[in-house]
Amino acid sequence: MFNYTFHWNQALRALPQMLDGAVVTLQVAVLSMVIGVACAIALTVFRLSGSRILGGIATTWVEVARNTPALFQIYMAHFGLGNFGIHLSPYTALLVGIAFNNAGYLAENFRGALKAIPDTQARAGRSLGMTSLQAFRLIVLPQMLRVAFLPATNQMVWAILMTSLGVTVGMNTDLAGITQELNARSFRTFEFFALAAVIYYLIAKAVTLAARAFAWRMFRY
Amino acid sequence: MIEIENVRKSFSSLEVLKGINLTVDKGEVVTIIGGSGSGKSTLLTCINGLEPIDSGRIRIDGTDVHAKGTDLNKLRRKVGIVFQQWNAFPHLTVLENVMLAPRKVLGLAKDKAEEIAVKQLTHVGLAEKLKVYPNRMSGGQQQRMAIARALAMSPEYMLFDEVTSALDPMLVGEVLDTLKMLAEEGMTMICVTHEMAFARDVSDRVAFFHQGVMAEIGTPDQIFAMPQNAETQKFLASVR
Repeated sequence: MFNYTFHWNQALRALPQMLDGAVVTLQVAVLSMVIGVACAIALTVFRLSGSRILGGIATTWVEVARNTPALFQIYMAHFGLGNFGIHLSPYTALLVGIAFNNAGYLAENFRGALKAIPDTQARAGRSLGMTSLQAFRLIVLPQMLRVAFLPATNQMVWAILMTSLGVTVGMNTDLAGITQELNARSFRTFEFFALAAVIYYLIAKAVTLAARAFAWRMFRY
Repeated sequence: MIEIENVRKSFSSLEVLKGINLTVDKGEVVTIIGGSGSGKSTLLTCINGLEPIDSGRIRIDGTDVHAKGTDLNKLRRKVGIVFQQWNAFPHLTVLENVMLAPRKVLGLAKDKAEEIAVKQLTHVGLAEKLKVYPNRMSGGQQQRMAIARALAMSPEYMLFDEVTSALDPMLVGEVLDTLKMLAEEGMTMICVTHEMAFARDVSDRVAFFHQGVMAEIGTPDQIFAMPQNAETQKFLASVR
């Protein structure tokens, strides 16, 4: 039944190439988080603005991002927009797709964090003579960050793993893309993908541990 | 001087203040007693403009609190308030809690703000707790920190909204002692309280609120020894 001979050497020889891909993977994930956080802040402000139009845009974004497959979101960014003459490269489409997804989840996370801080905190700040902006920036925001930080870390890990969906739109420079090309040339599917999985695991784990150390250092109370 | 003239205030259909008149002079200590829902706490939050009023007027040293052009942020530097729930800022140490507003609102340098904060915290007996986070302290200590935080702005008036109501009975004393000390130092204070012995000891005048109306006001002797109003009599009989 099992007369398969492992060829680990072949996979290990490709390791430097795969690590180059891992760098691209991390780059896409980090950029998608930066864009995602910026968009999520905007979406949160939209939802608090009281404007029906802005609120509607934000709610639609969050609903679609959270309730449709990430694969479709990336597909839409590449092929979907392509139908309208907007041609994004695989790299850009992957970035846009993941950033869209991140923003949806993070906006929900931020809203929850905001709700977790009682109104009386801002009120205490106002009664000391702070403007509403000062009370938000100095009292509410720092507490919000602590509540939102660990869920945001989860989203970062999720973003790293989502980058592997880039192969479906022709992304061939990230870890998944390179692995897929090596696989297509050698048919050593098990070895290459097992090695890629180990690299994904190590990146995700490193991010989680770094975030935990950062949180421990930052949020002392 | 705080002048409250015919102030009315409703929350939807419920009228909680039905035409309150009260003048508090510099250096005076006025305590407000009365049952729950009598409007006592609402009046305090109207005085520093945290709550708008429906009609009437509140003036602090001649400034109309609820007039359109009034800079409430500036006014609130002059009028400190401490709440039943002390609202410590959990992400800041005790020292940072007290330094924050002097630095950011008054724009003081860090060392100057720290000097003030240390002085005020020492004053309320928390000199040992400067580097501690509030959630490591008892409710009584957190409440005293909140008092120091308000005092660090060097207010001319202090409003205390049932500051001992959320505390364990054994911690009430330390907070009341702090208030007594302030009263003796000549701070102008309006205290909403359920502590009758405290009201009798520190007040120049005691006001009894009943269902949004100031039913009676007088010296502690008048109110506690010979209350004139039937509701005051009923209330005092029930809390004794």
